[in-house]
Amino acid sequence: MSGNGSNGGGGNGHGGNGGDGGARNATGIGASVKRKEDARFLTGRGRYTDDINLPGQLHAHILRSPVAHAEIVGIDAKAARKAPGVHAVFTGADMEGVGGIPTGWLIHSKDGSPMVEPPHPALATDKVRYVGDCVAVVVADTKEQARAAAALVSVDSKELPAVASIAAATAEDAPLVWDDAPGNVCYDWEIGDKEAVAEAFANAAHVVSIDVVNQRLVPNAIEPRAALADFDPSTGDYTLYTTSQNPHLTRLLLGGFVLGVPEHKLRVVAPDVGGGFGSKIPHYAEEAILTWTAGQLGRPVKWTCDRMDAFKSDTHGRDHESTAELALDADGAFTGLRVSTKANLGAYLSTFAPCVPTYLYGILFAGPYTTPAIYVEVKALFTNTVPVDALRGAGRPEATYLLERLVEKAARVTGIDRVELRRRNFVREFPYQTPVALQYDQGDYDATLDLALDAADWDGFEARREAAAARGKLRGIGVSTFIEACGIAPSAVVGSLGARAGLYESGSVRVHPTGSVTVFTGTHSHGQGHETTFAQIVSEMLGVGFDAVEVVHGDSARIPFGMGTYGSRSLAVGGAAICKAVDKVVAKGKKIAAHLMEASVEDVEFAAGTFTVAGTDRSLTIGEVALTAYVPHNYPEGLEPGLEETAFYDPLNFTFPAGTHVVEVEIDPATGEVELVRVACSDDVGRIVNPMIVAGQLHGGLAHGIGQALLEECRYEANGQPVTASFMNYAMPRAADLPSFDLRHNTTLCTHNPLGAKGVGEVGSIGVPPAVINAVLDALRPLGVTEIEMPATSQRVWQAIRDAAA
Amino acid sequence: MPTIAVNLNGTQRRVEVENRTLLVEMLREGLGLAGTHVGCDTSQCGACVVHVDGVSAKSCTMLAVQADGASVTTIEGLANGAGLHPMQEAFREHHGLQCGFCTPGMVMSAVDLANRNPDPSEHEVREWLEGNLCRCTGYHNIVKAVQAGARAMGGAS
Repeated sequence: MSGNGSNGGGGNGHGGNGGDGGARNATGIGASVKRKEDARFLTGRGRYTDDINLPGQLHAHILRSPVAHAEIVGIDAKAARKAPGVHAVFTGADMEGVGGIPTGWLIHSKDGSPMVEPPHPALATDKVRYVGDCVAVVVADTKEQARAAAALVSVDSKELPAVASIAAATAEDAPLVWDDAPGNVCYDWEIGDKEAVAEAFANAAHVVSIDVVNQRLVPNAIEPRAALADFDPSTGDYTLYTTSQNPHLTRLLLGGFVLGVPEHKLRVVAPDVGGGFGSKIPHYAEEAILTWTAGQLGRPVKWTCDRMDAFKSDTHGRDHESTAELALDADGAFTGLRVSTKANLGAYLSTFAPCVPTYLYGILFAGPYTTPAIYVEVKALFTNTVPVDALRGAGRPEATYLLERLVEKAARVTGIDRVELRRRNFVREFPYQTPVALQYDQGDYDATLDLALDAADWDGFEARREAAAARGKLRGIGVSTFIEACGIAPSAVVGSLGARAGLYESGSVRVHPTGSVTVFTGTHSHGQGHETTFAQIVSEMLGVGFDAVEVVHGDSARIPFGMGTYGSRSLAVGGAAICKAVDKVVAKGKKIAAHLMEASVEDVEFAAGTFTVAGTDRSLTIGEVALTAYVPHNYPEGLEPGLEETAFYDPLNFTFPAGTHVVEVEIDPATGEVELVRVACSDDVGRIVNPMIVAGQLHGGLAHGIGQALLEECRYEANGQPVTASFMNYAMPRAADLPSFDLRHNTTLCTHNPLGAKGVGEVGSIGVPPAVINAVLDALRPLGVTEIEMPATSQRVWQAIRDAAA
Repeated sequence: MPTIAVNLNGTQRRVEVENRTLLVEMLREGLGLAGTHVGCDTSQCGACVVHVDGVSAKSCTMLAVQADGASVTTIEGLANGAGLHPMQEAFREHHGLQCGFCTPGMVMSAVDLANRNPDPSEHEVREWLEGNLCRCTGYHNIVKAVQAGARAMGGAS
């Protein structure tokens, strides 16, 4: 998975300033430009999927399984079909012949065998396999009628024993979710050199081990999923409006694999989307059901998920149980790392599910450290629970949490200061080839660490601990140092690992006759501010006004084929594609300018929107050149008219954001309540285009990570009934649960993409959870508490204090 | 079906609703005011907050008939014809929104706080926003925006 670190798509040719702000112009790269998106969102003029209504539309209600595992004996929908307003009721039998929902990755086990890849019919046929599995769709004039009629559908089923946890799935004689997956194992994967690791442990001065659980989370974008499908019988054209982070990926899977509708007859639009966090990557059964149903009825059909159904049907995240061991020499150098993980994938394989606990997880275990031998094995399991897929960080938070808990424990065991131990093991020479496939191109982990320690007043902590103790409070401080692998991903590399798609990105730049510009990107913005950031880049590169640049995304009928937004990839990959397209525009513009100014192309320079013949005062603006391109009366022979270019950018390597997060907590020993008194972060996210937006991304990720560390947990009863299926019993972080954040930046530029960008969207959720738990344990250590699981709720902390005292 | 009289964003309206119609359903589906959002079904997320007689209310937790005779302001009517209300402007200035879905409820809730407390502390803002969930911003910039917006509203009146 090594990339050519020396030269990517143009080196660092774009953006004159460093990543630390200081823009050359008020709207260019490095400026905190106010967002173009905001006016519509602030005035109620955003256009989300549920806001769209089509003439003659019907409403769908999805009937879901109320049990975790059952055999469907028969479905009687006669009464429902006769209910007021009902147009149709469809079940799995009606959709026979329609393809199943595919997964996007094929992982191979240690023995070379392919993973078990069960079928996933959009509507269940013979069995249901989790609470929330789609059983039938009822279509009526109103959503109330559809919901009421769904209650009349009679499902005759025989309930089967269920497995709802890793422990249950791996128990001896456990019931099987899939008959052809013995032991409920989907795959048993490995990476790294097992023998080299064994040797490292044989020669170790210290061995430290840890068991951790990375609990299941529910993504909970505040906008519930929704879909509105339309079919025009006169043309055969389908249109699907859907809450997606990647409309083209949905079109590819829905059209190519499920419905068999060719791309030119299927338009997928992801309009304004109210947050994704990974849960709006997968192609969902409901999208297929709605689109197929619209085709059957020849009318638009709309569905909007309510929150309780969202808890039962949006893909979940995390859900790992792991054991890890670290070998160290007498000086504290890490010599070997061994990780064994069980990952719960749920009942079916969602789009990215197989890759999250493997190629987004196992490859992260070098972290920022020079550990020379690493071995990771992951057993992925089916259970009767909601399918698990990417959630903000996807695999990387799980790896970082495990590694940073282990390193912290190693510091305690060896007696080496926890900051010093990390520093002793930092990677300092780049490019650095890890023993788990990645090659880091650039970074400065010491500088990042120093900046965070300074921001957190690390050296002054003991005085604060004493002051807190005088008030009867337990104060603790924790740190995590980490890297990420973002900007996914080089297509050939991921293809060799099992990806069934490429992970390049597209961008088109259309310079209009009078010089304004429309940019079309294959990425999708659902909060990230692409309409602003990408306009800043194009505005600066082409030397046109910020207000003269418009960014279009989310509509497969308007944009070139693109892979969408996830994995902190939009700027590093999508931004790079736009830069390439701009480069092509400039190259063509030079030919036109050279012709008009009667100079040779080689002598024409372009800067700040002006083509100049080098060494002369002869120049033309890009507006003049654009007009000539569309009114080509005096024009280079053989050159096509128009000024519009499309580029596809396939990254040469992953990008490697890095950071240090320091968290300080104060705990009330009487109640176990954890107060976050300081969150200080130093991050290297590469080139920063809009510091305001970057800070916002960091804030959101931190809240997500703190939510995991202290509040959030998705729980099931042993029979597979979800216990946490509303905001009343799933603890979302609220404003009063969080502090303000102290953010610092230490920037090194990515060496292999045009912007030098690394990615920022997932930083907080990857870096901060171990810092929080390390701080909690630091506070509780004087009481003899050495382990605590996430979320460290007040109840759990209080119990740990009581148990330690007993 | 009952007919109710509401002053909606400054205009007197008579609207026919079912007895069971929620205020948010009347706004979104009956009147096409889609700026008010629905993010949950347990009155937790606050995406649906509007003002009823000048006070914030979760429109998913009120029947439309309960608004009979009342004055209702939604995000669409907040600026009252001006470009942006000072609270909307503060959210823009301080990047208090990302995906925009919780934003209408956040802004309407924040305006109610500002009407009661023209200079709220960070703590007061965080406590006030207990009924409004945001998954994007981590609240950091929302808090700043609400404080700035409240001060701007005080200065404006």
